[in-house]
Amino acid sequence: MADKLKLEMVTPYKRVLSVEVDEITAPGFVGELGLLPGHTPLLTTLKVGELTYKNGNEVFHIAVNWGYLEVEDDLVTVLVDTAETADEIDLARAKAALGRAEDALKTLPLEDKKYMVMEAALQRALIRIQVAGKGH
Amino acid sequence: MPSLKDIKKRIGSVKNTQQITKAMKMVAAAKLRRAQEAAVAARPYAEKLQSVMSNLAAREEGDGHVLLNQRGTGRALIVLMTADRGLCGGFNANVSKEAERFIRSNEQGYDDIDLMIIGRKGRDFLRSRVGDHITKVHENITTDATYKTAQLIGVEIIDAYSEEKYDAVYVIYNAFQSAIVQIVTVEQVLPIQPKETEAVQEGTVDYLYEPDRGEVLSQLLPKMVEVQIFRALLESNASEQGARMSSMDSASRNASEMIGKLTLQYNRARQAAITKELMEIISGAESIK
Repeated sequence: MADKLKLEMVTPYKRVLSVEVDEITAPGFVGELGLLPGHTPLLTTLKVGELTYKNGNEVFHIAVNWGYLEVEDDLVTVLVDTAETADEIDLARAKAALGRAEDALKTLPLEDKKYMVMEAALQRALIRIQVAGKGH
Repeated sequence: MPSLKDIKKRIGSVKNTQQITKAMKMVAAAKLRRAQEAAVAARPYAEKLQSVMSNLAAREEGDGHVLLNQRGTGRALIVLMTADRGLCGGFNANVSKEAERFIRSNEQGYDDIDLMIIGRKGRDFLRSRVGDHITKVHENITTDATYKTAQLIGVEIIDAYSEEKYDAVYVIYNAFQSAIVQIVTVEQVLPIQPKETEAVQEGTVDYLYEPDRGEVLSQLLPKMVEVQIFRALLESNASEQGARMSSMDSASRNASEMIGKLTLQYNRARQAAITKELMEIISGAESIK
């Protein structure tokens, strides 16, 4: 059994990551998900959230937005719509988006279609701010 | 025999045209590089999704999802990808002709075939030929196509398919081979046909699914459609730029050739005029003696 996990992360625009890591924490659909080498095959959907991976003593954070995670033979494949590291996040823009979403949520009725959209936008903005705050 | 002035005018106008075609070629070359990079960058995602898909299909227990079910032949939808602008050789005509051919040869097979056209040129080309099949035209979305664009089209198709408005969806586009080679490609988008890889079927370790298999599948399948559309859009865009670049290149070359010929003609005419003048002067001087 290998003592490392291979993490591959791709978005429709590019291959974001292809690295060997010790540990991965991902925002799974039913809850936070910790992955170590030797994990059983798994296929799960991901929520908007923060994916963390550890390599030695270094910890990296990435804001991911909706996707899949597949584990097979210590190969972890992550397919996401967007993936941003802390340096890539425009904090000012995220904060503006947060403000907009909050305002919209206050005024919109719960059954409005837009409510869901804005709620998702709110989550994305929150995660971005959270990741940006942690550095890489 | 055209006069000196006429020839000079023509040389001037051909030169102007050449400048335009040269500029268009440069622009297309720059755009091609970007489009090609985008198309290449999108490949890993599509491949990964495909392999996840076939992993999933290998463990398929036959509970068909609506997007996987073969419903036989009823109504079909063709998504045709063309460009919004011309001056790119046979790019638009080739792919549009393929769509026309597809409609004609499958008219018996399907009850009805609808055509969704992306790009203005495809509509212009097909309106007079198979106009009554065209149901929808999207314009100005091919250049700078984002994933969002593909998603919108994908959702539109999936909705129509789920409502059983269509029983099969095809996409016809120019696949990018190289800057000078584009291959007209017909692909079936729906119902989804997972490529089965034998290697996977041997080692069937059962997956853990979160939340559960059906849920994962029902989110994965629409993704599959979107990615296919996205890829086709990118490839089509790269092909368009490639086709434009090579056709503008040959246009520039033709223009230089023409300028060469006209210059030769101009010089001959000039020479003839000088000779004529000289003869006149000499014979004039002769007669005074």
